[in-house]
Amino acid sequence: MREIVVISGKGGTGKTSITAAFAHLASIRGGAMLCDLDVDAPDLHLLLGPKHFEEHEFRSGFEAVIDPETCVACGTCVDLCRYGAVRKPSWDDPTGYCIDPLRCEGCKVCVQFCPAGAIGFTERHCGQWFASEMRFGLMVHAQLFPGSENSGRLVALLKKEARARAEVLGLDLILCDGAPGIGCPVISSLSGASQAVIVTEPTPSGRHDLLRVADLCRHFRVPVAVIINKFDLNRQNTADLEAYCKDQGHTLLGRLPHDEVVVRAMIQERCVTELPASAFSDALRSLWEQIVTLDSRAAARNGASPVLFQPTPNA
Amino acid sequence: MIYAIASGKGGTGKTTVTASLAALWNRPVTAVDLDVEEPNLHLFLHPELTSEEPAFMEVPVADPERCTLCGQCAAFCQFKALSVMGKTLLVFPEMCHGCGGCLLLCPEKALSPGGRELGQIVSGHFRAGRSEDASFFMGRLRVGEAMSPPLMRQVKARLPVGGAAGDILIDSPPGVSCPAVNAVMDADVLVLVTEPTPFGLHDFQLAVQAFRPLGKPLGAVINRSGLGDAGVQDYCRAEGIPVWAEIPFNRAVAEAYSRGEVAARAVPELRDVILALMERMQAAASNPEEAGHA
Repeated sequence: MREIVVISGKGGTGKTSITAAFAHLASIRGGAMLCDLDVDAPDLHLLLGPKHFEEHEFRSGFEAVIDPETCVACGTCVDLCRYGAVRKPSWDDPTGYCIDPLRCEGCKVCVQFCPAGAIGFTERHCGQWFASEMRFGLMVHAQLFPGSENSGRLVALLKKEARARAEVLGLDLILCDGAPGIGCPVISSLSGASQAVIVTEPTPSGRHDLLRVADLCRHFRVPVAVIINKFDLNRQNTADLEAYCKDQGHTLLGRLPHDEVVVRAMIQERCVTELPASAFSDALRSLWEQIVTLDSRAAARNGASPVLFQPTPNA
Repeated sequence: MIYAIASGKGGTGKTTVTASLAALWNRPVTAVDLDVEEPNLHLFLHPELTSEEPAFMEVPVADPERCTLCGQCAAFCQFKALSVMGKTLLVFPEMCHGCGGCLLLCPEKALSPGGRELGQIVSGHFRAGRSEDASFFMGRLRVGEAMSPPLMRQVKARLPVGGAAGDILIDSPPGVSCPAVNAVMDADVLVLVTEPTPFGLHDFQLAVQAFRPLGKPLGAVINRSGLGDAGVQDYCRAEGIPVWAEIPFNRAVAEAYSRGEVAARAVPELRDVILALMERMQAAASNPEEAGHA
């Protein structure tokens, strides 16, 4: 089974619009299981209008809660907490010691060492995840509650669900929309991926962030293919990005123009490729053709799957 | 006062706005890049970087001579960073959150503090406002490190505090989960940068849900206005969120950005928009009640 993850390092380079169009193009031939791994700020559903047929709670990690009746106000928890999560009573807030859930890491140190046994440890409900049907097939996606953590674990869960469902349906392709950055959820989304498609733009930040996320892919031995979006914003930077890809041995898939058709499609809740043909959608089609052949070549060349590693929990 | 510039969606213009504000700020100021996964502010502010130090998180190191394989540390660790396998205690430093619990718990004192490199803390200077010398800080996460909040906490601990040190402008990471909340939780005023598209609106709503409970004055900046639809405007009106600035969609801004320039310096029309934004932010800081979102 092939697993393509679309990432970017920098946010706002066009990952989601491009992934949705790829889902459309994939559905014309064989289809793909779609997966939105940007569990923090997911947007793919806005283009695809999925109907949930399953909804599940995502519970992960714990948080400490002080019982004011039992607390003897000794301050041990304040001294031991490395995250500054315990609030002391003060003149403007004379209520007792309490834990700020936004700062609590769920490490259990205060629970363990409270001499009065006044601190409880409750499981966190961090978000919801869904299995849905949309016009190009099935998708699994989630919504982490705003301010929650454990996005890496939720990403791992979605990938596991996507694989299991693709297997049952006989689909040999999983297409994932990833998160920006290079941290916990992105690392988790690269776990077991067969191909990373990095969408960048010809700006100093696009380049800087591409270099870091491409390094991350190399670190986890996931092959990199690059798309330069909005290439006409700065042709010199585009040429420099292409030279960088060549130098590093990354597959250069091609360029996409800066085109307002992307926003028009978004407003109509459609994929760019569902709108009348444009320079942007024509270029996208040829990129997808390349990705399909690229993947089958890579699969044929190395029977071995990429290194599997465990996503860091609770980060 | 601490001002955090944040957004739900990535790529809406946080760094453009932060760099422009920092370049025009009319009081002593420190600019801080807390988007440690992908820090970009320096690419536009071009600070003179004077120091770069590695940052570490405490992780346990086991002494096999002392360890009796009792397994209390492994049973306690919430992050599966310790495990007894046969006749060895295995430590997985990359899983550790640095809580220090195992070191406190070990009855044999067989664990001692070691370090995992989180990344670097970089600092320097740039020219702000009326060419005053201003401080610059950024965190840069090590590629392969999963956890950004510990590095962000260490960068925050370096920041100058107190009235004479001036204001702090924080360029925050995108999203609304733990890294973004960590960046904004100590701020006095929040600026949410969004764009007038369905993605912009959706992620802006998530950001409002995440950050409003912090009880701080909060205003919106609508970047690339005129590009998409009226959804963000309508939502701000319905929710009573003040729009502190609208930056019209202008290819010249995007091109200045692509050349690594501070947009408010390169595009004259933008200067007044940013100065007005600065005044509104400062007014919200001095009158949090009037700003309406305390």
